[in-house]
Amino acid sequence: MTEVLEAPSALDERLRVLRRIAIVPAYNEEDSVGRVLDELRAFDPGLEVVVVDDGSTDRTADTARARGAHVVRLPFNLGIGGAVQTGFRYAWEHGFEIAVRVDGDGQHDPRELGAVLEPVLADEADIAVGSRFSGRNGYRSSRSRRIGIRLLAWCVSALTRQRITDPTSGFQAANRLGIRLFAADYPHDYPEAEATVMVFKHRLRLQEVPVAMRARETGRSSITALRSVYYMVKVLLAIFVALFRRKAVPLE
Amino acid sequence: MTPWRVSIAAAIASVLLILVVFELIRSRRLRERYALLWLLTGVVLLVLSLWRSGLNTIAGWFGISGYPPAILFAVGILFILLVLLHYSTVISRLSDQSTILAQRLALLEERLGDERQEHRGG
Repeated sequence: MTEVLEAPSALDERLRVLRRIAIVPAYNEEDSVGRVLDELRAFDPGLEVVVVDDGSTDRTADTARARGAHVVRLPFNLGIGGAVQTGFRYAWEHGFEIAVRVDGDGQHDPRELGAVLEPVLADEADIAVGSRFSGRNGYRSSRSRRIGIRLLAWCVSALTRQRITDPTSGFQAANRLGIRLFAADYPHDYPEAEATVMVFKHRLRLQEVPVAMRARETGRSSITALRSVYYMVKVLLAIFVALFRRKAVPLE
Repeated sequence: MTPWRVSIAAAIASVLLILVVFELIRSRRLRERYALLWLLTGVVLLVLSLWRSGLNTIAGWFGISGYPPAILFAVGILFILLVLLHYSTVISRLSDQSTILAQRLALLEERLGDERQEHRGG
Protein backbone atom coordinates (compact mmCIF):
# COMPACT_ATOMS: atom_id res chain seq x y z
CA MET A 1 0.00 0.00 0.00
CA THR A 2 3.00 2.33 0.29
CA GLU A 3 2.91 2.67 -3.47
CA VAL A 4 -0.52 4.24 -3.31
CA LEU A 5 0.62 6.76 -0.73
CA GLU A 6 3.62 7.74 -2.77
CA ALA A 7 1.71 8.00 -6.00
CA PRO A 8 0.90 11.74 -6.19
CA SER A 9 4.46 13.06 -5.89
CA ALA A 10 5.88 10.23 -7.98
CA LEU A 11 3.36 10.97 -10.70
CA ASP A 12 4.36 14.58 -10.90
CA GLU A 13 8.01 13.64 -11.33
CA ARG A 14 7.29 11.21 -14.13
CA LEU A 15 5.02 13.65 -15.90
CA ARG A 16 7.22 16.70 -15.52
CA VAL A 17 10.04 15.33 -17.65
CA LEU A 18 7.75 14.49 -20.57
CA ARG A 19 6.57 16.69 -23.41
CA ARG A 20 2.87 16.50 -22.81
CA ILE A 21 -0.24 17.83 -24.50
CA ALA A 22 -3.97 17.87 -23.98
CA ILE A 23 -6.14 17.45 -27.06
CA VAL A 24 -9.44 19.27 -26.66
CA PRO A 25 -11.96 18.65 -29.45
CA ALA A 26 -14.66 21.32 -29.39
CA TYR A 27 -17.68 22.03 -31.53
CA ASN A 28 -19.59 25.15 -30.53
CA GLU A 29 -18.45 24.97 -26.92
CA GLU A 30 -17.76 28.67 -26.21
CA ASP A 31 -19.59 28.38 -22.88
CA SER A 32 -17.59 25.47 -21.51
CA VAL A 33 -14.21 25.36 -23.27
CA GLY A 34 -12.78 28.24 -21.23
CA ARG A 35 -13.43 26.48 -17.95
CA VAL A 36 -11.94 23.24 -19.30
CA LEU A 37 -8.75 25.10 -20.28
CA ASP A 38 -8.53 26.80 -16.86
CA GLU A 39 -8.90 23.44 -15.14
CA LEU A 40 -6.25 21.88 -17.37
CA ARG A 41 -3.85 24.64 -16.38
CA ALA A 42 -4.72 24.12 -12.72
CA PHE A 43 -3.96 20.41 -13.06
CA ASP A 44 -0.60 20.96 -14.75
CA PRO A 45 0.69 24.39 -15.82
CA GLY A 46 3.28 22.75 -18.08
CA LEU A 47 0.67 20.88 -20.08
CA GLU A 48 0.37 22.27 -23.59
CA VAL A 49 -3.12 22.37 -25.01
CA VAL A 50 -4.36 22.09 -28.57
CA VAL A 51 -8.00 22.88 -29.12
CA VAL A 52 -9.35 21.34 -32.29
CA ASP A 53 -12.22 23.57 -33.33
CA ASP A 54 -14.40 21.32 -35.43
CA GLY A 55 -15.95 24.01 -37.61
CA SER A 56 -17.65 25.91 -34.80
CA THR A 57 -19.84 28.87 -35.69
CA ASP A 58 -19.50 30.49 -32.26
CA ARG A 59 -16.51 32.00 -30.44
CA THR A 60 -14.95 28.70 -29.36
CA ALA A 61 -11.65 29.42 -31.16
CA ASP A 62 -11.35 32.98 -29.80
CA THR A 63 -12.05 31.81 -26.26
CA ALA A 64 -9.39 29.14 -26.56
CA ARG A 65 -6.80 31.48 -28.09
CA ALA A 66 -7.40 34.05 -25.37
CA ARG A 67 -6.34 31.42 -22.84
CA GLY A 68 -3.12 30.65 -24.66
CA ALA A 69 -4.07 27.33 -26.22
CA HIS A 70 -2.93 26.29 -29.67
CA VAL A 71 -6.01 26.32 -31.86
CA VAL A 72 -6.45 24.21 -34.97
CA ARG A 73 -9.57 25.27 -36.83
CA LEU A 74 -11.07 22.78 -39.21
CA PRO A 75 -12.64 24.41 -42.27
CA PHE A 76 -15.87 22.48 -41.73
CA ASN A 77 -17.29 20.01 -39.28
CA LEU A 78 -15.53 16.66 -39.57
CA GLY A 79 -17.25 14.97 -36.67
CA ILE A 80 -15.65 13.91 -33.42
CA GLY A 81 -13.47 11.19 -34.98
CA GLY A 82 -11.88 13.51 -37.53
CA ALA A 83 -11.39 16.23 -34.91
CA VAL A 84 -9.70 13.93 -32.41
CA GLN A 85 -7.46 12.46 -35.09
CA THR A 86 -6.40 15.98 -36.05
CA GLY A 87 -5.33 16.48 -32.42
CA PHE A 88 -3.33 13.27 -32.37
CA ARG A 89 -1.68 14.24 -35.69
CA TYR A 90 -0.68 17.54 -34.10
CA ALA A 91 0.73 15.72 -31.09
CA TRP A 92 2.63 13.25 -33.28
CA GLU A 93 4.09 15.84 -35.64
CA HIS A 94 5.19 18.09 -32.78
CA GLY A 95 6.91 15.24 -31.02
CA PHE A 96 4.80 15.06 -27.87
CA GLU A 97 5.52 12.03 -25.73
CA ILE A 98 2.23 11.82 -23.95
CA ALA A 99 -1.23 13.06 -24.91
CA VAL A 100 -4.56 13.19 -23.16
CA ARG A 101 -7.91 13.82 -24.75
CA VAL A 102 -10.28 16.01 -22.77
CA ASP A 103 -13.53 17.00 -24.47
CA GLY A 104 -14.37 20.67 -24.72
CA ASP A 105 -17.91 20.20 -23.42
CA GLY A 106 -16.64 19.78 -19.88
CA GLN A 107 -17.80 16.22 -19.24
CA HIS A 108 -14.21 15.08 -18.70
CA ASP A 109 -13.00 16.47 -15.38
CA PRO A 110 -9.32 17.48 -15.63
CA ARG A 111 -8.93 16.71 -11.91
CA GLU A 112 -9.30 13.04 -12.86
CA LEU A 113 -6.34 13.23 -15.25
CA GLY A 114 -3.94 11.90 -12.64
CA ALA A 115 -5.90 8.66 -12.53
CA VAL A 116 -6.21 8.42 -16.31
CA LEU A 117 -2.49 9.08 -16.81
CA GLU A 118 -1.30 6.64 -14.15
CA PRO A 119 -1.23 3.39 -16.23
CA VAL A 120 0.58 5.15 -19.09
CA LEU A 121 3.14 6.80 -16.82
CA ALA A 122 3.71 3.49 -15.06
CA ASP A 123 4.24 1.95 -18.52
CA GLU A 124 1.49 -0.56 -17.86
CA ALA A 125 -0.56 0.64 -20.82
CA ASP A 126 -0.05 2.46 -24.10
CA ILE A 127 -3.56 3.83 -23.89
CA ALA A 128 -5.61 4.41 -20.77
CA VAL A 129 -9.30 5.17 -20.82
CA GLY A 130 -11.39 6.71 -18.06
CA SER A 131 -14.49 4.63 -17.46
CA ARG A 132 -17.71 5.81 -15.85
CA PHE A 133 -18.85 2.32 -15.07
CA SER A 134 -15.96 0.43 -13.58
CA GLY A 135 -15.93 1.14 -9.87
CA ARG A 136 -17.02 4.45 -8.40
CA ASN A 137 -19.78 6.13 -10.19
CA GLY A 138 -21.18 9.59 -10.36
CA TYR A 139 -22.78 9.20 -13.72
CA ARG A 140 -26.45 9.02 -14.64
CA SER A 141 -27.82 8.67 -18.11
CA SER A 142 -30.97 7.55 -19.82
CA ARG A 143 -31.99 3.93 -19.61
CA SER A 144 -31.83 3.31 -23.36
CA ARG A 145 -28.38 4.82 -23.51
CA ARG A 146 -27.13 2.64 -20.65
CA ILE A 147 -28.50 -0.46 -22.37
CA GLY A 148 -26.84 0.57 -25.62
CA ILE A 149 -23.52 1.13 -23.90
CA ARG A 150 -23.79 -2.20 -22.09
CA LEU A 151 -24.48 -4.06 -25.34
CA LEU A 152 -21.54 -2.35 -26.96
CA ALA A 153 -19.38 -3.07 -23.92
CA TRP A 154 -20.27 -6.75 -24.14
CA CYS A 155 -19.34 -6.92 -27.84
CA VAL A 156 -16.08 -5.03 -27.45
CA SER A 157 -15.11 -7.11 -24.40
CA ALA A 158 -15.77 -10.33 -26.29
CA LEU A 159 -13.79 -9.16 -29.32
CA THR A 160 -10.81 -7.89 -27.37
CA ARG A 161 -10.91 -10.63 -24.73
CA GLN A 162 -10.55 -7.95 -22.12
CA ARG A 163 -13.18 -6.51 -19.79
CA ILE A 164 -14.28 -3.15 -21.20
CA THR A 165 -16.98 -1.36 -19.22
CA ASP A 166 -17.21 1.98 -21.01
CA PRO A 167 -16.51 1.58 -24.75
CA THR A 168 -17.88 5.05 -25.52
CA SER A 169 -15.54 6.98 -23.25
CA GLY A 170 -13.29 9.49 -24.97
CA PHE A 171 -11.37 10.38 -21.79
CA GLN A 172 -8.04 8.93 -22.91
CA ALA A 173 -4.32 9.15 -22.30
CA ALA A 174 -1.79 7.81 -24.79
CA ASN A 175 1.97 7.39 -24.96
CA ARG A 176 4.01 7.82 -28.14
CA LEU A 177 2.84 4.44 -29.49
CA GLY A 178 -0.78 5.32 -28.86
CA ILE A 179 -0.35 8.78 -30.38
CA ARG A 180 1.19 7.22 -33.46
CA LEU A 181 -1.68 4.78 -33.92
CA PHE A 182 -4.41 7.38 -33.42
CA ALA A 183 -2.60 9.88 -35.65
CA ALA A 184 -2.44 7.30 -38.43
CA ASP A 185 -6.00 6.10 -38.03
CA TYR A 186 -8.94 7.05 -35.90
CA PRO A 187 -12.44 5.81 -36.69
CA HIS A 188 -15.21 8.17 -37.81
CA ASP A 189 -18.60 9.20 -36.47
CA TYR A 190 -18.82 7.50 -33.09
CA PRO A 191 -15.30 6.30 -32.79
CA GLU A 192 -14.35 5.13 -29.32
CA ALA A 193 -15.66 1.57 -29.44
CA GLU A 194 -14.04 0.92 -32.80
CA ALA A 195 -10.84 2.55 -31.59
CA THR A 196 -10.73 0.10 -28.68
CA VAL A 197 -10.92 -2.85 -31.06
CA MET A 198 -8.29 -1.21 -33.25
CA VAL A 199 -5.92 -0.81 -30.31
CA PHE A 200 -6.36 -4.49 -29.57
CA LYS A 201 -5.67 -5.47 -33.19
CA HIS A 202 -2.42 -3.52 -33.09
CA ARG A 203 -1.46 -5.30 -29.87
CA LEU A 204 -1.12 -2.12 -27.92
CA ARG A 205 -1.93 -2.29 -24.24
CA LEU A 206 -5.18 -0.65 -23.18
CA GLN A 207 -6.32 -0.19 -19.61
CA GLU A 208 -9.52 1.20 -18.16
CA VAL A 209 -9.44 3.42 -15.12
CA PRO A 210 -12.49 4.27 -13.02
CA VAL A 211 -13.26 7.99 -13.10
CA ALA A 212 -16.17 10.24 -12.26
CA MET A 213 -17.52 12.20 -15.18
CA ARG A 214 -19.70 15.26 -15.15
CA ALA A 215 -22.98 15.77 -16.88
CA ARG A 216 -22.60 17.96 -19.94
CA GLU A 217 -22.56 21.61 -18.97
CA THR A 218 -23.93 23.05 -22.15
CA GLY A 219 -25.24 21.89 -25.46
CA ARG A 220 -26.70 18.50 -26.16
CA SER A 221 -25.05 15.20 -26.76
CA SER A 222 -24.49 14.64 -30.45
CA ILE A 223 -26.37 11.36 -30.02
CA THR A 224 -30.14 11.81 -30.08
CA ALA A 225 -32.62 9.02 -29.44
CA LEU A 226 -33.38 7.98 -33.01
CA ARG A 227 -29.84 8.41 -34.21
CA SER A 228 -28.51 6.19 -31.46
CA VAL A 229 -30.08 3.13 -33.10
CA TYR A 230 -28.40 4.02 -36.38
CA TYR A 231 -25.09 4.59 -34.62
CA MET A 232 -25.45 1.33 -32.74
CA VAL A 233 -25.84 -0.63 -35.98
CA LYS A 234 -23.05 1.30 -37.64
CA VAL A 235 -20.62 0.83 -34.77
CA LEU A 236 -21.42 -2.86 -34.42
CA LEU A 237 -20.83 -3.30 -38.15
CA ALA A 238 -17.60 -1.33 -37.91
CA ILE A 239 -16.15 -3.30 -35.02
CA PHE A 240 -17.25 -6.56 -36.62
CA VAL A 241 -15.55 -5.71 -39.91
CA ALA A 242 -12.49 -4.38 -38.10
CA LEU A 243 -11.90 -7.90 -36.84
CA PHE A 244 -11.37 -9.15 -40.36
CA ARG A 245 -8.71 -6.57 -41.09
CA ARG A 246 -5.14 -7.53 -40.46
CA LYS A 247 -4.01 -4.16 -39.30
CA ALA A 248 -5.87 -0.92 -39.50
CA VAL A 249 -3.21 0.91 -41.48
CA PRO A 250 0.48 0.65 -42.13
CA LEU A 251 2.12 2.89 -39.56
CA GLU A 252 4.62 5.44 -40.72
CA MET B 1 -45.96 -19.30 -56.63
CA THR B 2 -42.44 -18.08 -57.43
CA PRO B 3 -40.43 -20.51 -59.54
CA TRP B 4 -37.68 -22.16 -57.48
CA ARG B 5 -34.97 -21.08 -59.90
CA VAL B 6 -35.96 -17.45 -59.47
CA SER B 7 -35.77 -17.78 -55.69
CA ILE B 8 -32.38 -19.46 -55.81
CA ALA B 9 -30.91 -17.01 -58.31
CA ALA B 10 -32.22 -14.03 -56.32
CA ALA B 11 -30.85 -15.47 -53.09
CA ILE B 12 -27.40 -16.03 -54.63
CA ALA B 13 -27.38 -12.51 -56.05
CA SER B 14 -28.29 -11.05 -52.64
CA VAL B 15 -25.59 -13.03 -50.87
CA LEU B 16 -23.05 -11.90 -53.46
CA LEU B 17 -24.08 -8.28 -52.93
CA ILE B 18 -23.64 -8.63 -49.16
CA LEU B 19 -20.24 -10.30 -49.55
CA VAL B 20 -18.97 -7.70 -52.02
CA VAL B 21 -20.07 -4.86 -49.76
CA PHE B 22 -18.46 -6.55 -46.77
CA GLU B 23 -15.18 -6.97 -48.63
CA LEU B 24 -15.27 -3.35 -49.77
CA ILE B 25 -15.63 -2.21 -46.16
CA ARG B 26 -12.91 -4.55 -45.00
CA SER B 27 -10.46 -3.30 -47.60
CA ARG B 28 -11.40 0.29 -46.70
CA ARG B 29 -12.76 1.20 -50.07
CA LEU B 30 -16.24 1.79 -48.62
CA ARG B 31 -17.07 3.52 -45.37
CA GLU B 32 -19.60 1.95 -43.04
CA ARG B 33 -21.72 5.08 -43.30
CA TYR B 34 -22.27 4.52 -47.00
CA ALA B 35 -22.46 0.76 -46.77
CA LEU B 36 -25.44 0.43 -44.45
CA LEU B 37 -28.02 1.12 -47.15
CA TRP B 38 -26.38 -1.42 -49.46
CA LEU B 39 -26.31 -4.05 -46.74
CA LEU B 40 -29.96 -3.36 -45.93
CA THR B 41 -30.76 -3.81 -49.63
CA GLY B 42 -28.96 -7.15 -49.68
CA VAL B 43 -30.62 -8.40 -46.50
CA VAL B 44 -34.14 -7.38 -47.55
CA LEU B 45 -33.74 -8.97 -51.00
CA LEU B 46 -32.29 -12.11 -49.42
CA VAL B 47 -35.22 -12.42 -47.02
CA LEU B 48 -37.77 -11.84 -49.78
CA SER B 49 -36.16 -14.37 -52.09
CA LEU B 50 -35.96 -17.11 -49.45
CA TRP B 51 -39.30 -16.45 -47.74
CA ARG B 52 -41.41 -17.60 -50.65
CA SER B 53 -44.83 -17.57 -49.00
CA GLY B 54 -44.13 -14.10 -47.66
CA LEU B 55 -43.33 -12.86 -51.16
CA ASN B 56 -46.68 -14.29 -52.30
CA THR B 57 -48.53 -12.51 -49.52
CA ILE B 58 -46.84 -9.17 -50.23
CA ALA B 59 -47.54 -9.57 -53.96
CA GLY B 60 -51.19 -10.16 -52.99
CA TRP B 61 -51.31 -6.85 -51.09
CA PHE B 62 -50.27 -5.02 -54.22
CA GLY B 63 -52.67 -6.94 -56.44
CA ILE B 64 -49.97 -8.90 -58.21
CA SER B 65 -51.36 -12.40 -58.58
CA GLY B 66 -49.66 -13.60 -61.74
CA TYR B 67 -45.96 -13.23 -61.01
CA PRO B 68 -44.87 -12.65 -57.37
CA PRO B 69 -41.15 -12.11 -58.23
CA ALA B 70 -42.21 -8.73 -59.65
CA ILE B 71 -42.08 -7.65 -56.00
CA LEU B 72 -38.34 -8.43 -56.00
CA PHE B 73 -37.86 -6.02 -58.88
CA ALA B 74 -40.03 -3.38 -57.24
CA VAL B 75 -38.14 -3.61 -53.94
CA GLY B 76 -34.80 -3.64 -55.75
CA ILE B 77 -35.71 -0.50 -57.70
CA LEU B 78 -36.97 1.20 -54.56
CA PHE B 79 -33.67 0.62 -52.82
CA ILE B 80 -31.68 1.78 -55.84
CA LEU B 81 -33.68 5.01 -55.76
CA LEU B 82 -32.94 5.39 -52.05
CA VAL B 83 -29.23 4.85 -52.59
CA LEU B 84 -29.18 7.36 -55.45
CA LEU B 85 -31.04 9.95 -53.42
CA HIS B 86 -28.63 9.38 -50.54
CA TYR B 87 -25.70 9.85 -52.90
CA SER B 88 -27.17 13.09 -54.21
CA THR B 89 -27.16 14.51 -50.69
CA VAL B 90 -23.62 13.24 -50.15
CA ILE B 91 -22.39 14.80 -53.39
CA SER B 92 -24.02 18.10 -52.46
CA ARG B 93 -22.22 18.10 -49.13
CA LEU B 94 -18.90 17.17 -50.75
CA SER B 95 -19.17 19.95 -53.33
CA ASP B 96 -19.93 22.49 -50.58
CA GLN B 97 -16.89 21.25 -48.68
CA SER B 98 -14.58 21.35 -51.68
CA THR B 99 -15.67 24.96 -52.33
CA ILE B 100 -14.72 25.85 -48.76
CA LEU B 101 -11.39 24.02 -49.11
CA ALA B 102 -10.55 25.79 -52.38
CA GLN B 103 -11.34 29.17 -50.83
CA ARG B 104 -9.28 28.43 -47.74
CA LEU B 105 -6.35 27.26 -49.86
CA ALA B 106 -6.47 30.31 -52.12
CA LEU B 107 -6.58 32.67 -49.12
CA LEU B 108 -3.65 30.84 -47.53
CA GLU B 109 -1.59 31.03 -50.71
CA GLU B 110 -2.33 34.71 -50.98
CA ARG B 111 -1.15 35.23 -47.41
CA LEU B 112 2.01 33.17 -48.04
CA GLY B 113 2.74 35.22 -51.15
CA ASP B 114 2.46 38.43 -49.10
CA GLU B 115 4.94 37.12 -46.54
CA ARG B 116 7.41 36.11 -49.20
CA GLN B 117 7.30 39.57 -50.74
CA GLU B 118 7.80 41.15 -47.33
CA HIS B 119 10.89 38.99 -46.82
CA ARG B 120 12.29 40.05 -50.18
CA GLY B 121 11.50 43.68 -49.57
CA GLY B 122 13.12 43.61 -46.14
